[in-house]
Amino acid sequence: MNFPRRTVLAALLAASLSPFATAADMKSVAVTAIVDHPALDAARKGVEDELKAAGFEAGKQIKYQYQSAQGNPATAAQIARKFIGDGPDVIVAIATPSAQAAVAGTRSIPVVFTAVTDPVAAKLVKSWKAGNGNVTGVSDMLKLSSQVDLISKVKPGAKRVGMVYSPGEVNSVIVAKELKAELAKRGMTLVEAPAARTVDVAPAAKSLIGKVDVIYTSTDNNVVSTYESLVGVAQQAKIPLVAADTDSVKRGATAALGQNYYDIGRQTGKLVVRILKGEKAAAIAPQVGEKLSLTLNQGAAQKQGVTLSPALLKEAKEIIK
Amino acid sequence: MTPIALMGALEIGLIFALVALGVLISFRILDFPDLTADGSFPLGGAVAATLIAGGHDPWLACGFGALAGAASGLVTAWLHVRLNILQLLASILVMIALYSINLRIMGAPNMPLIGSPTVFAPFIGEALENSWLVQPAVLAVIIVAAKIALDLFFASQTGLAMRATGANPRMARAQGVATERMVLSGMALSNALIALAGALYVQTQGGADVSMGVGTIVVGLAAVIIGETLLPSRKLWVITLATIIGALLYRLLIAVALNADFIGLQAQDLNLITALLVGGALVLPQLKAKLRRKGGKAS
Repeated sequence: MNFPRRTVLAALLAASLSPFATAADMKSVAVTAIVDHPALDAARKGVEDELKAAGFEAGKQIKYQYQSAQGNPATAAQIARKFIGDGPDVIVAIATPSAQAAVAGTRSIPVVFTAVTDPVAAKLVKSWKAGNGNVTGVSDMLKLSSQVDLISKVKPGAKRVGMVYSPGEVNSVIVAKELKAELAKRGMTLVEAPAARTVDVAPAAKSLIGKVDVIYTSTDNNVVSTYESLVGVAQQAKIPLVAADTDSVKRGATAALGQNYYDIGRQTGKLVVRILKGEKAAAIAPQVGEKLSLTLNQGAAQKQGVTLSPALLKEAKEIIK
Repeated sequence: MTPIALMGALEIGLIFALVALGVLISFRILDFPDLTADGSFPLGGAVAATLIAGGHDPWLACGFGALAGAASGLVTAWLHVRLNILQLLASILVMIALYSINLRIMGAPNMPLIGSPTVFAPFIGEALENSWLVQPAVLAVIIVAAKIALDLFFASQTGLAMRATGANPRMARAQGVATERMVLSGMALSNALIALAGALYVQTQGGADVSMGVGTIVVGLAAVIIGETLLPSRKLWVITLATIIGALLYRLLIAVALNADFIGLQAQDLNLITALLVGGALVLPQLKAKLRRKGGKAS
């Protein structure tokens, strides 16, 4: 009865060791993401399109492979090892855990990260300057000065800005801290309303009524998951909502100057192309997504008691009625 | 598959062999369905990463990671034994509580260890050129040591009492075994091993992430089941060996799936392959029994 078991084992071993083949002269790019979701998929599509535009079409001019860890960090680690073993010309790592797994495993293969908010805090790179060994990439961090510009354009003369966020999310905590400093520079103040759970978001927003002229929301997971409850409060109290992501505008925020992940992918693709053409990753400084798109919601603006200026409307890439 | 990918599969397989040994203790030896693993694995990682980032010795960090895991297993067992909360529910409560606790320990959802000292670092060159060989080698030593220690423990008086507790608690009590204490210490041991795996994992993967526990229990169970299907035995040293082989094989199969362009499989099929694999391993013994019965009739 032991025979079939041995056959299975032998077959598995053979299958695991057989394909050693690699194309020698073709350049190769290996892309890995921690999970498939719309924003990360858009970033990947952007990388692929940029490569194609630069004359590196997958399967024709370059060997291209993509693997998703499907939310499982152990699989991300294994994918990183597979890629390092394959020895591609560039590894593109989408989101922090995938990037960390790749960077932990190699100091020779160039790693280009994307959709990572703070690569320095994640220790992917030592600094925002060039000279980070084999690692560079594009961050999706938002410049808060332009966010405050937008707040002032939506609600001219606004002095007090409210922010509902979850104290357990590191990105939100950082945004709140930096927003406070940025507002202080312009003689404005931040009124914080922490909401630890999604059910706390609406009460937290209500606590801001009468204390603020406008509410700003970051890409806080709690807030974004229950954006509608925030919109309800904003309409009742006639306080305009300014969001950090364009999707929230579709759900009822008045305005957002957000990053488009496809554009971040295109920008990342440009770095990949530079490396494929012979530049060293160390010579390229990590970048922040530079293309921001303004989305406005006129219906929401009206319900939240503001009129959007013609100048602002002209700037917008997309206007929702 | 390249040698680096193969060694990468072995490396993660070895780490999950520790998880599987922990799961073996709770599920098979104590007969305690325990989901604490999804929380205790990242707990071990969080404690170790925080200590290492704070400048402490990586081995010490591993020790404290394992201790924290033991404490979490103890809490799960205590909820069941003393407060009479259903086993599964008790472990789910501890698992979700650990998510918040892990966030507290790390102070952030992600704690990078890239460039920090690890238990592997002294053997690895500046350019990381030999990390793919060193890490699995060091892990293999740790796992073999853990296996031998476990085998010795389960052959001891206490170990036998623990096995009796899982096999037949009434009989064990009649023989004078303090079954409650056995459940408590067994669950502590189980989760200590799982947390130790987490502590080692963060040192191979460049950091701890609060999401890293997702699916730990599934992988651990899969390893146990694959192991006992391929190498069925009543001898405990064979069972622990089979569990380790199960964990290695599981990761090897994932590596095959990741490299399986040649049979048209893609990364997206990974979860399906996992389910088929575990399902297959579960059905295989029944099929074998059926075949044997048929064979018996024919002859």
